[in-house]
Amino acid sequence: MSAFVQYTVQGLAAGGFYALAALGLAVIFGVLGVVNFSHGACYMLGAVAAAVLLDVLHVHFWVALAIVPVLLFLVGVLMERLLIRWLLRLDPLYNFLLTFGLSLILVDVVKRRYGVSGLPYERPAGMTGQVHLGGIGLPTYSVFVCLFSLLICGVVWVLLTKTRVGMIVRACTEDADRSRALGINVGRWVTPVFGFGIALAGLAGVMAAPFRAITADMGGNFVIILFAVVVIGGLGSILGAVAAGFLVGLVEAYGQAYAPTFAQVAIFVLMAGVVLFRPAGLFGRDETA
Amino acid sequence: MTQQIKGSSGIIEPDLARRVNLDTAEHDVINPDLTRSPGKGRRRSPLRWIMLAVGLVATLALPWLVYPPVAMDIAAWALFAISVDLLLGYTGLLSFGHAAFWGSSSYVTGLIAINWGVPFPLAILGGMLFAMAIAVPIGYLSVRRTGIYFAMVTLAFAQMVYFVANQLSGLTGGENGLQAIPRSFFGIESVETDSFTFYYAAIGLILLGTWAAWRIVHSPFGRVLVAIRDNPARARALGYDVDRYKIIVFVLSAGLAGLAGGVFAISHGFTSLQELEWTTSGKVVLITVLGGIGTLWGGPLGAAIVVTLEDWLTSSGFEGTGIILGSIFVLIVLLFRHGIWGTTQDLFQRRRKAD
Repeated sequence: MSAFVQYTVQGLAAGGFYALAALGLAVIFGVLGVVNFSHGACYMLGAVAAAVLLDVLHVHFWVALAIVPVLLFLVGVLMERLLIRWLLRLDPLYNFLLTFGLSLILVDVVKRRYGVSGLPYERPAGMTGQVHLGGIGLPTYSVFVCLFSLLICGVVWVLLTKTRVGMIVRACTEDADRSRALGINVGRWVTPVFGFGIALAGLAGVMAAPFRAITADMGGNFVIILFAVVVIGGLGSILGAVAAGFLVGLVEAYGQAYAPTFAQVAIFVLMAGVVLFRPAGLFGRDETA
Repeated sequence: MTQQIKGSSGIIEPDLARRVNLDTAEHDVINPDLTRSPGKGRRRSPLRWIMLAVGLVATLALPWLVYPPVAMDIAAWALFAISVDLLLGYTGLLSFGHAAFWGSSSYVTGLIAINWGVPFPLAILGGMLFAMAIAVPIGYLSVRRTGIYFAMVTLAFAQMVYFVANQLSGLTGGENGLQAIPRSFFGIESVETDSFTFYYAAIGLILLGTWAAWRIVHSPFGRVLVAIRDNPARARALGYDVDRYKIIVFVLSAGLAGLAGGVFAISHGFTSLQELEWTTSGKVVLITVLGGIGTLWGGPLGAAIVVTLEDWLTSSGFEGTGIILGSIFVLIVLLFRHGIWGTTQDLFQRRRKAD
């Protein structure tokens, strides 16, 4: 029983990274109609930025947690302004290819600058031990990651549903043409939304820094699992991205615990099942299929 | 009934692209325009035969011009790119998971050659059939989605194949890959040891694959594919089972990718997980788009450029290949979306119009 709870927490922690990053992917897709292949590279940039900040400027984890998303937001704004923007009117496949090329560049630049071996990153103070819940010892950092990613998803949810800005973004996601007809300047929201999505990927990266090996290649497999996540959740759906993120994290953790050989394959089997029985995704509407 | 509802997806997809655009400028879909699709109202001009002759001569002269193993690489990647173009240029489906077929065929080819020592064309045939066999379920599932989703789903399934191959390390050699794949060819020693002669023994397979692609594209079946690319809903209304056509071309394309992957494995004498990795899928899409989609000439052209460039970069000790390839990708997508072949054709057509 206690082992099961531990696996669950582990799965929810891993799911937290997927949920945050997939949320970014979903918001970007919703407003821009772009599937950002470089999301994995941006996640990697977040982790590397945290490691470099700690190493060079001795910036603490907690500060990095605030600074890095802002940096990544700026990276996203630059990407959108300089590159993505030019292809928004074309078939979404073009931006898919563009961001793929971009991620090749980013990964190789980091690889050349920081090498292929992992950068070290220690768990922040106060996060090294275990917490005891009902007699079950759980790693504090995993619990923190679960709660913090849930909190961020909750904050984003409130932003999207309760504020005016959020309503505009949701309207653009829902039906850009009609929003335009209602007098919303959709074009104005494109850049900040893209930056915001990238910032979420960066945030996931910072949180993963004490958890995972920080290498230039860490985003490669991550982004493919993210694609599986959004296919499972339904690409147009924000709730779907978050729920599927946690679901995939759990599947991965249980897989690693009970059938280690097939842990990673299990995610794709789940995706195959969803594509077979609910092509639009668990939370997607049929028309987005 | 569900079949028909699903089909409507095809026309919704391009609409997403228009979400953000502020005016109603005509948008460019990834497919090349109809005027450049093969054979459209165009008489078989002598130019075509001249091009074909030049292409054949170039193929045969290649090992004289570059190091023979590199020549073989160019030929294999060219066929691989053609297989991707069959889907992307002629059916309007971007497969981002073709490494699954190229890579798995390279493993099966290698295993057959190592364990049974049969002449290499037979081993490659085995690899090709295996690639087609796994393409059936992958294709069946993937064609349920179109456009960008198709790319994501094929990418994810290819990653699954990668993980399975990694797990079956007893069979695939895991991280080490398959070493010392023999190159037996009816006991003819010069083919088995000399890569220059081997090129001429193996190029027949590549040409056969290219010819098959040409036959597919110029057959009534190929015309239906183009119809599906241009307007899936109308193709369905005309009574074509769109999903079935897509699955069939997917499997055929996987077979060609498998053929190319098998030749690649035999030529190198080893294969590794790298051939199954998503970066390999990305590289072949880059080659296809760089050369130009919707034309069988694009793949060979792109392959010649990318393979030569990579070889040159590696031998000059430059390690940032990803930076160069990524930049080419970004530039092509931003500026020359029709690829080199397509852009050149556009220029010629414009000049002809001006005359």
